Amino acid sequence: MDLNYSPEETAFRDEVRAWLKDNLPGELRDKVVNYEELTKEDLLRWQKITAERGWGAPDWPEEWGGTNWTIVQRHIFEEECGYAGCPPRIPFGVSMCAPVLHQFGTQEQKQRFLPGMYNGDVFWCQGYSEPGSGSDLASLKTSAVREGDSYIVNGQKIWTTWAQHADWIFCLVRTSTDFPKRQQGISFLLMDMNTPGISVRPLMLMDGGHEVNEVFFDDVLVPAENLIHEENDGWTVAKYLLGYERLGTGNTGASKREVLRLKELAAQQHKNGKPLIDDPRFRDRLSRVEVELMALEITNLRFLDQMRGGRAPGAEVSLLKIRGTEIQQALTELMLEAVGPFAQPFRSLHATDFDQHTASIAPRYCNYRKTSIYAGSNEIQRNIISKASLGL
Amino acid sequence: MNFDYSEEQQLLAQSVRQFLAKEYTFAARQVIIESDQGYSEQVWATFAEMGLLGLPFTSEVGGFGGNAVDLMPVMEAIGDGLIVEPYLASVGLGGQFIARGGSQAQQQEILPALVAGRCKLAFAQTEREARYNLAHVACRAEKNDNGYRLEGEKCVVLHAPCADKLIVSARTAGQTTAADGISLFVVDRSAPGVTLTSYRTIDNLRAADVRFAGTVVPADALIGQEGQALPLIEEVVDYATALVCAEAVGAMQFANDTTLEYLKTRKQFGVPIGSFQALQHRMVDMTIVAEQARSMACLAYVKADSADADERRRIISAAKIHIADACRHISQEAVQLHGGMGMTEELKVSHTFRRLTMIAQTFGDADHHLERFAACG
Repeated sequence: MDLNYSPEETAFRDEVRAWLKDNLPGELRDKVVNYEELTKEDLLRWQKITAERGWGAPDWPEEWGGTNWTIVQRHIFEEECGYAGCPPRIPFGVSMCAPVLHQFGTQEQKQRFLPGMYNGDVFWCQGYSEPGSGSDLASLKTSAVREGDSYIVNGQKIWTTWAQHADWIFCLVRTSTDFPKRQQGISFLLMDMNTPGISVRPLMLMDGGHEVNEVFFDDVLVPAENLIHEENDGWTVAKYLLGYERLGTGNTGASKREVLRLKELAAQQHKNGKPLIDDPRFRDRLSRVEVELMALEITNLRFLDQMRGGRAPGAEVSLLKIRGTEIQQALTELMLEAVGPFAQPFRSLHATDFDQHTASIAPRYCNYRKTSIYAGSNEIQRNIISKASLGL
Repeated sequence: MNFDYSEEQQLLAQSVRQFLAKEYTFAARQVIIESDQGYSEQVWATFAEMGLLGLPFTSEVGGFGGNAVDLMPVMEAIGDGLIVEPYLASVGLGGQFIARGGSQAQQQEILPALVAGRCKLAFAQTEREARYNLAHVACRAEKNDNGYRLEGEKCVVLHAPCADKLIVSARTAGQTTAADGISLFVVDRSAPGVTLTSYRTIDNLRAADVRFAGTVVPADALIGQEGQALPLIEEVVDYATALVCAEAVGAMQFANDTTLEYLKTRKQFGVPIGSFQALQHRMVDMTIVAEQARSMACLAYVKADSADADERRRIISAAKIHIADACRHISQEAVQLHGGMGMTEELKVSHTFRRLTMIAQTFGDADHHLERFAACG
């Protein structure tokens, strides 16, 4: 057993680190580390910067711009990006729709959609959940009725992240109700968000942020050529994609950065005249999260090592999601407690010297409750481990 | 032994709940929190009419002479309805300083007006590096021929923007964290040299950082004896801590009720999600936590006015430790079991989440009270 990176892997890490140091714009990093809302332009800008370096979509096949990195290299890249404070990759195009296109798309579809994703020209969003279909995704009702060369789409999606920015949406829609199983009769359809009949309504979250939306489809005319894979077999596509959605939800790189941030914060706060970080009661709780994160990082590497041997990612991805999000939430909670009475101020009323620094901490704590809900709630992840790994 | 509320307490609780159910719906509350002042003058006037503002004060000033237990059902209703009016700040803190430590003249000037709804109060105590230490007072009050001159800053003063008068702790002697040398003053919020930086809190209250720049107050603005205010501050903050414990109990009860309802009505996989055992056990644990929290709130109320200060400290800290943990547990689980809906501005449970999050660290978080509890032996 050797838990160290090889000399080549270490060299690669240093290369990535150096590149990030030179190429991650300071203003983007500042926004990320200060928990400010990123604009559409910010998100696309980072995609463009990575694309220019040839790192716009490391996981893709080489012919479309993939880097042909080993699994460990990919991990190092994600880890370093998170640690450096890079904006999140807009996952919906490059990391979610693209794997589907690579696997199920026609050559024409690939040529039409992949370059825009890679180069950061087109912003994508994901139309999966519906008001009545969250954890039970297969019960979805948004309908697409075939008429000639088109589908007529009617229905509603919910929790659509960044739909307000999106140029395109990939959706699961119901094309038939004539099958015995609900998983049948679902299709995977791409839509231009500018199509008449599509409207977006913001869902304001309790932190005051606008991330998620409801998207309504009212007699939306979609060319049939936007169908990916076979009609009524979209569930195969959805299942394929869910594995990708859960990869990388551990976010250990970003959490390591947050641990450092928490330590800085706790050093600035005072308790009984001493820095809070020197308070054993607080320090112990911080250390426990830090140790849990250490364990998760090694677990992550252990799984990657197994995948390097050719084994497909399985239910263990759910473990990374559960523990990864628990750690992220624990860190936001410790920050909330670290700033004590200063967690409460939220939004200035025309004040100029308002402390926006601590004012971002409680909203972030609120916002991060989402992590154990989104991308398959942690309850659903436990069901997956229970069924798929343990055979219960 | 008797855990029941008296008939009067039950009747009052009932009328408060009826009023809030009718006039303080979630929709009505949304309008109030988005208004410029962030609270309703009309609701405040109704609180006065109902006698809520006079509840703990003597009949000489128009009150009803109630004890801490009398306030418990009111605070529960306030937690349930997420009332943003300055009840805790005025009745639970500001008024208590005057009633317990104020001169006859101060009582006569302030309390009848408070009881009638004409005077709101806020307690300006927290400072930048004080965290939850009540003895940490750097703000200075220099004595001169005309009275005192205040210099310094107070932070996160809840309800300061609407307060007519501030109860301000300031140091007349000693080093920043010395127990001796702290004095309390009544200061008009609009007095010269008082500047407010106002903001909205995460739980939709209003608060301000308050700066005193050479603010001059007359000698009779002093509450009690000069330099000897810390025991009174501790006593009143303990009383107010018992009040927020009951507020938390009301808010947790709402969180549990609405989550249970959601588990029974939200269907996935063709059945109510409450039919899944994994979620049933989570709901059971929330119920257990709420029952235990209610017990600790009862204990806190009964002992809030204990003549034995050590006993009072020990019990209030024990209650706050328990309530802080319960607030975290129930608020987080309520949101989780609601899924994404629980995070939206438009569902009340997300507002209850925020209030519980803040109560957990109001007047000291669990760590603070663990230390104080252990120190009590």
